[in-house]
Amino acid sequence: MKFGIVVFPGSNCDHDVYHVAKHVLGHEAAFLWHKDTSFAGVDCVVLPGGFAHGDYLRAGAIARFSPIMKSVEAFAARGGLVFGICNGFQVLTEAGLLPGALVRNAGLKYICRDVHLRVERQDTAYTSRIKQGTILKIPIGHGDGCYFAPEEVLKELEEKRQVVFRYCDEGGQVTAGSNPNGSLRAIAGICNARGNVLGMMPHPDRCAEDVLGNAQGRRIFDSIVYTWELARRNRI
Amino acid sequence: MKARVFVTLKRGVLDPQGKTVCASLHQLGYREVTDVRVGKYMDVTLGGLPRREAEQRLKSMCEKLLANTVIEDYRFEIYEE
Repeated sequence: MKFGIVVFPGSNCDHDVYHVAKHVLGHEAAFLWHKDTSFAGVDCVVLPGGFAHGDYLRAGAIARFSPIMKSVEAFAARGGLVFGICNGFQVLTEAGLLPGALVRNAGLKYICRDVHLRVERQDTAYTSRIKQGTILKIPIGHGDGCYFAPEEVLKELEEKRQVVFRYCDEGGQVTAGSNPNGSLRAIAGICNARGNVLGMMPHPDRCAEDVLGNAQGRRIFDSIVYTWELARRNRI
Repeated sequence: MKARVFVTLKRGVLDPQGKTVCASLHQLGYREVTDVRVGKYMDVTLGGLPRREAEQRLKSMCEKLLANTVIEDYRFEIYEE
């Protein structure tokens, strides 16, 4: 399997994702410069964390017009896997590939710490190896991670089961105290209706191997690979 | 030709910055302040456009880039220097 990792000026988790894909999972990985207009043979495009274009104007606002985004949009429209982590999630909402927006954390501060997430569904490409209801401990690192969408959009997200990860406490309860940034409905990650595009604020790329003291993020990457292998077997 | 573009968070979108500024004003004794919303102001210089066309172009700029209409409202004023 081949991961394509988009590099915007200001991306800073591109190497983390590359490392996970190539050295932890043992799959192919390639950097895709934001000014490139095509990528061949990539099975999953990752928009990594960081501060693309300095987060000027709004996080992701400039990046969504980078030349490569046209190809990313076309890839997503064909059903390709597009995975946005943190800043990548912000880019996906700005690009309209995912609904809603990410605004300033309710507490105004940049937060960098572990949080707990409840996996709301297993039938996505990104959670195929994780049982629904599983609690994952994954770190966040963001200042603009408060998920916002108008009420009618939130309703639609729930109806179509597009909320994939929700902030919760250690026991899996969604409480005010377990929501680090004021996200509406404690949303930490969503997918599109088709399920091939996913964005999440927490960083599975920062906890994907034992040497880091936490390998729970790897389960998301393992799911992606598992989904890809299943699809390949079905094609043969 | 110049334009002043104002981008503000929509009503209903939490503005923690505005709330903090409001609380700070209260602390300084400005009790009459009932609410503060923090927004952005952009000074845009345009060249060689008739006014009507400039209005349309600015609207397009705001919709496409300067504001995120999911969370923000915008307005602009065009003026000659």
